[in-house]
Amino acid sequence: MSYVPLADQAQELHHPQSWVTRYVWSQDHKVIAIQYGGTAILVGIVALVLSLLMRMQLGFPESFDLIDPSSYYQAVTMHGMIMVIYLLTALFLGGFGNYLIPLMCGARDMVFPFLNMLSYWVYLLSVLILMASFFVPGGPTGGGWTLYPPQVSMAGTPGSDWGIVLMLLSLAVFIVAFTMGGLNYVTTILQARCRGLTMMRLPLTVWGIFIATILGLFAFPALLVAAIMMLLDTLLGTSFFMPAIIESGSPLDYNGGSPILFQHLFWFFGHPEVYIVALPAFGLVSDVLSTHARKNIFGYRMMVWAIIAIGGLSFVVWAHHMYVSGMNPYFGFFFATTTLIIAVPTALKVYNWVLTLWEGDIRMNVPMYFAIGFIFTFIHGGLTGLFLGNVVIDMPLSDTYFVVAHFHMVMGVSPVLVLFAALYHWYPLVSGRMYHEGLAKAHFWFTFLGTYAIYLPMHYLGFLGVPRRYYALGSTDFIPASAQDLNAAITIAALIVGAAQLLFFINIFWSLKHGKKAGSNPWGSASLEWQTPDTPPIHGNWGDELPTVYRWPYDYSVPGAHADFIPQNTPESEEPTADEQHFDPDHDPSMADL
Amino acid sequence: MSLFKHITEKPWERPGVIGGPDPETAFDAAPERVALVIFLVVASVIFSLLTVSYYVRMELPDWTPLSEPAQLWLNTGLLFVSSVLFQWARNLVTDDQQKYLMAAFVGAGVFAVLFIVGQLAAWNSLQSAGHFVASNPATSFFYLLTGLHALHLLGGLWVWSKSLIRLLSGCEVQDLRLSIELCTLYWHFLLIVWLVMFAILSNT
Ligand code: HEM
Ligand SMILES: [Cu+2]
Repeated sequence: MSYVPLADQAQELHHPQSWVTRYVWSQDHKVIAIQYGGTAILVGIVALVLSLLMRMQLGFPESFDLIDPSSYYQAVTMHGMIMVIYLLTALFLGGFGNYLIPLMCGARDMVFPFLNMLSYWVYLLSVLILMASFFVPGGPTGGGWTLYPPQVSMAGTPGSDWGIVLMLLSLAVFIVAFTMGGLNYVTTILQARCRGLTMMRLPLTVWGIFIATILGLFAFPALLVAAIMMLLDTLLGTSFFMPAIIESGSPLDYNGGSPILFQHLFWFFGHPEVYIVALPAFGLVSDVLSTHARKNIFGYRMMVWAIIAIGGLSFVVWAHHMYVSGMNPYFGFFFATTTLIIAVPTALKVYNWVLTLWEGDIRMNVPMYFAIGFIFTFIHGGLTGLFLGNVVIDMPLSDTYFVVAHFHMVMGVSPVLVLFAALYHWYPLVSGRMYHEGLAKAHFWFTFLGTYAIYLPMHYLGFLGVPRRYYALGSTDFIPASAQDLNAAITIAALIVGAAQLLFFINIFWSLKHGKKAGSNPWGSASLEWQTPDTPPIHGNWGDELPTVYRWPYDYSVPGAHADFIPQNTPESEEPTADEQHFDPDHDPSMADL
Repeated sequence: MSLFKHITEKPWERPGVIGGPDPETAFDAAPERVALVIFLVVASVIFSLLTVSYYVRMELPDWTPLSEPAQLWLNTGLLFVSSVLFQWARNLVTDDQQKYLMAAFVGAGVFAVLFIVGQLAAWNSLQSAGHFVASNPATSFFYLLTGLHALHLLGGLWVWSKSLIRLLSGCEVQDLRLSIELCTLYWHFLLIVWLVMFAILSNT
């Protein structure tokens, strides 16, 4: 059998027949993307509400009966796990990956549409298992999102019987779902690009998602292995991780297991995981910045190399999360060094973003607000990471609010700002409508200023030595009473930011019906996803013929060109004039609103 | 694909169609094969991490080495035959010979099933000798590793049985060529994983 390139094979598109096959059991990547995204955002709201409950307790202790120490631990744990895995990972890869990969690659769909559908339903199953843990006896696990043994399975920890089992099960199911999706994303990017679209002509979004997926495929196995072994420890009484231990005076049946082994496995997954979230964000933000600055991304090749370098390095820094767990000082030295090295390609990306803005023809559209906001928060979070990467500085700061501030700036707020940038940027493509500009800008300012109001003071609390994951401060000598006032202020800011997210939801639902019609390419974007014959793209994406790509996706403000962008599928001979492109900056629909 | 050549390309300098008239693919292979190879790498990561954990856990004082049942030698033989039969089936489809194809393909699956039965028998004999999952970390690892390996094999058998149904219902043999090739690859991989695991288990 001679091999026929994928895009040349007769397309056996599965054509949806009924409403159910079209919107429920759909194999269309765009529908699956929305299912993934919607589910992720729904659980994300659960996690958000949990964090507000925790903040109420911290800001105004003893005023809420609803929260006791146990439910506080459960809230911390579920908040962290949901945010990192079930919201961010699922939304970036399952949501944006699914929507954008086939469109940006000029393909009709993922290469394995059925597997893609299965991936979503298995993901939903993992979410349901996780949510079920709220309703079982003892409630969800309260061991912290790091799930360290032996504490997570001790009777004193909430959810040590049912909660932890459901958590581990749900993670294992999630990993199965991720692997099905991940194989699809990687294979589609490698094998199904349209004619002329070489790897180096891919938008950075695709590069970020591509490398992040590879990281996920290699890192999630560590979590899977750890979860299986811990399940066996919990259910069958093995001692992979559980050491000999005495609980309320009587020895348990465990003997000799290694909790440190768990930590190594967990962080071998856990550090790459932060880049599984960060790399797609890097990619998306690069494309948003370049489009709205009407300028090609600065240093495209270096951006790609940096993504690859970060991906590789992220597998050799994991033990910087374990400086205080007790390890050979030479190991600490090694991991501190690699941690500082990974900051080099990361910083390079930041410089390139800033240089992309330099002398650009910047359009201050809403996605641009969020993208620039991201540059601020990411620099802040990245700089504190450099401090924590050094063993001697980390020792006193570890497990304090300084760490909480660091990782929220860098992997909480920053990716979330990119998510909003991307949601606003691609909303016209997905829905065919523009969002409401004023609401969106209000949403930005509340979110951006609010996160600073929340997280900047946390750095200071960390310096004071306020420990992380504590239900109440109690009376300590080293923490001044004024720390409590700060906590109250943070809580008020958090409540405001939480409420401000309603603006976003009101906006996207209101605009579905009442937003202005977006037209086919409202931002004047050069990349392929905006060049489909229909907006929003319909099943099969490209009509009768797949596109052919003649150039990279960043041909903005090309000297001598008639318009300020040239779409990727425009041949050299037909570079269009301004009116052919239906793009007139003076009638930019997004500008008209205010 | 030379990765280095690809990522040093300067995309802004060469407008026009580059890379010839065909759609862009990184590898000259069916997407199923590419996906399977990536999956094999993922599975290797799983088994490697388990191996590392095995050696780490072994250093701790409560470890009592387990003497594996002799049954495993027989099982190794069964899996080996299964792999050889797959290779044979693969060679037959490549040469477009249908005569023994059914025998080779069915036989390959049957021997894999026998391997799993054999593994269960090994579990049984360990249990009757008093080695349960939680008795000692060495036995825990034994059950875990063999169990995960068998699960992977069961996944392969599921694909095998789907192809078998198509073969029995008289589909064009060439339509099954890719499935047979990929099964063969997967089986060789699982044979290698088993040999490595068996070596580690019996040497420690
Ligand atoms: C310049 C880059 C970075 C450096 C040098 C760095 C360094 C560190 C260090 C040393 C810690 C451990 C602190 C401790 O537990 O005492 C830490 C924690 C953490 N970092 Fe980073 N980091 C960087 C970037 C990132 C990024 C990009 C993300 C996510 C997108 C991230 C997410 C986290 C998270 C979630 C934790 C907390 C883990 C826990 O629960 O213990 N970091 N970081
Ligand atoms: Cu890390």
